[in-house]
Amino acid sequence: MAGETTPVPAADNRPAGAQAKAESRRAAPHTVPARDPHSLAESVRDAALAALLAGVLGFFFIGLRTDIAPGGLTITTRWTALVVAILVVFAGRLALNLFVFRTRRPVTGRLAAGAAAGAPQLATAAKWLMRGLFVFALVLPFFFITFVPGRDRQFIDLAILIMTYIMLGWGLNIVVGLAGLLDLGYVAFYAVGAYSFALLAQHFDLGFWMALPLAGVLAAMWGLILGFPVLRLRGDYLAIVTLAFGEIIRIVLLNWYQFTNGPDGISGIPKPTLFGLELKRGEGGFADVFGLAYDPIHRFIFLYYIIFVLALITNLVTIRLRKLPVGRAWEALREDEIACRSLGINTRNTKLTAFAIGAMFGGFAGSFFATRQGFISPESFTFLESAIILAIVVLGGLGSQIGVVIASVVMIGGIEMLRNIGFLSQVFGDGFDPVQYRMLIFGLAMVLIMVWRPRGLIATREPSVALKEKKKIGADLVAQGEGH
Amino acid sequence: MDAAAETGGAVARWDSDPVLTVEHLTMRFGGLTAVGDLSFNVGRGDITALIGPNGAGKTTVFNCVTGFYKPTEGRIAMRHGPGRQQAALDALTNSGARWRRSAEGAVFLLERMPDHEIAHRAKVARTFQNIRLFGGMTVLENLLIAQHNPLMVASGFTVGGIIGLPSYRKAEAEAIDRAAYWLEQVRLTERADDPAADLPYGAQRRLEIARAMCTGPRLLCLDEPAAGLNPRESAELNALLKYIRDEHDTSVLLIEHDMGVVMEISDHVVVLDYGVKISDGDAAFVRSDPRVIAAYLGVEDEEEIDVAEIKQDVDQVARRTPRSDAAGDGR
Ligand SMILES: Nc1ncnc2c1ncn2[C@@H]1O[C@H](COP(=O)(O)OP(=O)(O)OP(=O)(O)O)[C@@H](O)[C@H]1O
Ligand SMILES: [Mg+2]
Repeated sequence: MAGETTPVPAADNRPAGAQAKAESRRAAPHTVPARDPHSLAESVRDAALAALLAGVLGFFFIGLRTDIAPGGLTITTRWTALVVAILVVFAGRLALNLFVFRTRRPVTGRLAAGAAAGAPQLATAAKWLMRGLFVFALVLPFFFITFVPGRDRQFIDLAILIMTYIMLGWGLNIVVGLAGLLDLGYVAFYAVGAYSFALLAQHFDLGFWMALPLAGVLAAMWGLILGFPVLRLRGDYLAIVTLAFGEIIRIVLLNWYQFTNGPDGISGIPKPTLFGLELKRGEGGFADVFGLAYDPIHRFIFLYYIIFVLALITNLVTIRLRKLPVGRAWEALREDEIACRSLGINTRNTKLTAFAIGAMFGGFAGSFFATRQGFISPESFTFLESAIILAIVVLGGLGSQIGVVIASVVMIGGIEMLRNIGFLSQVFGDGFDPVQYRMLIFGLAMVLIMVWRPRGLIATREPSVALKEKKKIGADLVAQGEGH
Repeated sequence: MDAAAETGGAVARWDSDPVLTVEHLTMRFGGLTAVGDLSFNVGRGDITALIGPNGAGKTTVFNCVTGFYKPTEGRIAMRHGPGRQQAALDALTNSGARWRRSAEGAVFLLERMPDHEIAHRAKVARTFQNIRLFGGMTVLENLLIAQHNPLMVASGFTVGGIIGLPSYRKAEAEAIDRAAYWLEQVRLTERADDPAADLPYGAQRRLEIARAMCTGPRLLCLDEPAAGLNPRESAELNALLKYIRDEHDTSVLLIEHDMGVVMEISDHVVVLDYGVKISDGDAAFVRSDPRVIAAYLGVEDEEEIDVAEIKQDVDQVARRTPRSDAAGDGR
């Protein structure tokens, strides 16, 4: 909005006298001998230089290819690929020069201005988006059954996956976004939750609903145990130690063969029941009791609603907590720990509650994961999972609930969607599998968002309480806490 | 230096009814003795100023009193309730406990307590030399965080709050009322819903004091509250501190470089130089103490000072008309 109304800086404020002369000299390139960095010739020159560089480097990396052959290596040349690479670099660099680097009015400037001006509108839009998304999430399974009957199972399954990440993102948001403690090992609690349920089911024959709270409690306990040693750490040290804990848990799961079955994992984890009814084929199953025709889709719908409700609880509890003294203390801790202590806040306990509650939601999500998969192994709980969950929180905007939703949908949904994009393999040949490039795309998306909105998609903070009216607080004022 | 001797034999008010007693406080950082064998009392209901040149160790004393540093040696006793409560204090010192109730109130040994407990139990609040507000939170939120402990109890340690107990809502409304009261006192009601980092400097200083007062302290420690304030703001600050002392049963200990503020509002002044106490008495006494003058003007040998002339300089610094109110001419 502001971008449109901004007048073009011209006619109305022309400089006069000596300054005018100086400015016209600077503005008109042909009247002065010095090279003007904004000229077309300069842009082309710069692009040619970049192309030359690409040519030299690409000669080795792209132009030559070695393959293992009997009796040693064979060398083949790929001149077309090299020429294409050089042309791409030239054209790309030229375009960047013309529109961004070597122009007086770079397009990115307008983008940044638009982003800054759009912040409040974006926040209001986010509120409506939240409501819209909620209603959509509520009817999602039926939406897919009605509109894409052929592939409804696939879509509902994807929705379950996204919802799991939303829940994990919300859980981690308590630790990272609110309390400002950078936790790179969050997946540990996800693993504890999953293994708690799997082992409880295996040894004590507990069902999902019995094991769910226990898994949460166990994960919270592990949150406390891991929280203690990292309490005194600050900044990078905190991040590194949490990362190490995440790995330790995974490696213990991998190596404690008698207890966890090691790399073979645990299978046969029971499915959740609906008030004692199993969603199975035949006698006594859900479909049989309600007189419906058995359809495996029922189980997917049921799983979807379980994770939907779990995520919703996570969200509601977090929103509540933010308005309670403990939530305010978390945010205060993120802002200034020393000031907190001078006000009588026990920062140790406050940090531990953040760790424990965040871990508890991770544990819930973990036991849901276990019941959904029916099989778990340490492979599902690598550092990459922690990184994805953290990326969701950071990209969404630290502390923002709706930001987590958007980031999960875009990242998890986007990666899955890549599988189904047929035209890419038409462009790049049959062997091209877009999913293999997901980390690249992931990284690119991160870089772009961090350039465009360095504090995440939704970067404003909503005050927890107001005397008269609630005003949004800009991200530049909000501290990020330890380890960022 | 015995304060009793300085005030002409009678025991000074701050010695007979101290809220805080610092005894033989020593704080070493490696080889550097930032505070050496320092003893002084802070009188109940007094405004006590701790002054001294840069690097004298004033902030270090604050950090020891509020538990941010563990003193190398010494005892720091805080009292709730009147009198010296010597018996209770001795019993506490021997018991190894951190605090104990006594007939008159309670006594606390601050050097044994962690910082948050000092603020919470001993009710000592502080501000910082370089302001420490929760910048990304609103002014009102800053004041609510200061009431964390009572609110935490009211929310049933979060459990009651989550299920939305009415008693918690009532407690929160009261906390907001108390915050609104202090906002009124520091003239920040209009800015209640703005982020603290957006306030101008002087307002941030006032907010920090309001935040400290929201903890309901018995002793308020202010580290250079007038630093960076203009004369009008400085005068307002004086009025606010007197109001706090007179109306809120709160004793004030402040570090200050601005002699105008110190001389006008303090009931009692303690002067530090190189971590050692060099003078202790009321404002008039300290102002004419040759050792104080020497310390402030950087003269090594006291004998060489022409007291009268230098005193005039110091008085100018102190923005006060000289002579008339300077009690006893040196010693
Ligand atoms: N944490 C610390 N580690 C090492 N030395 C310290 C530490 N804190 C203070 N000091 C040293 O102790 C001495 C006293 O410092 P302090 O900050 O207490 O002075 P101050 O009286 O508050 O000075 P100013 O008026 O400048 O605030 C200084 O020499 C300082 O360098
Ligand atoms: Mg200082």
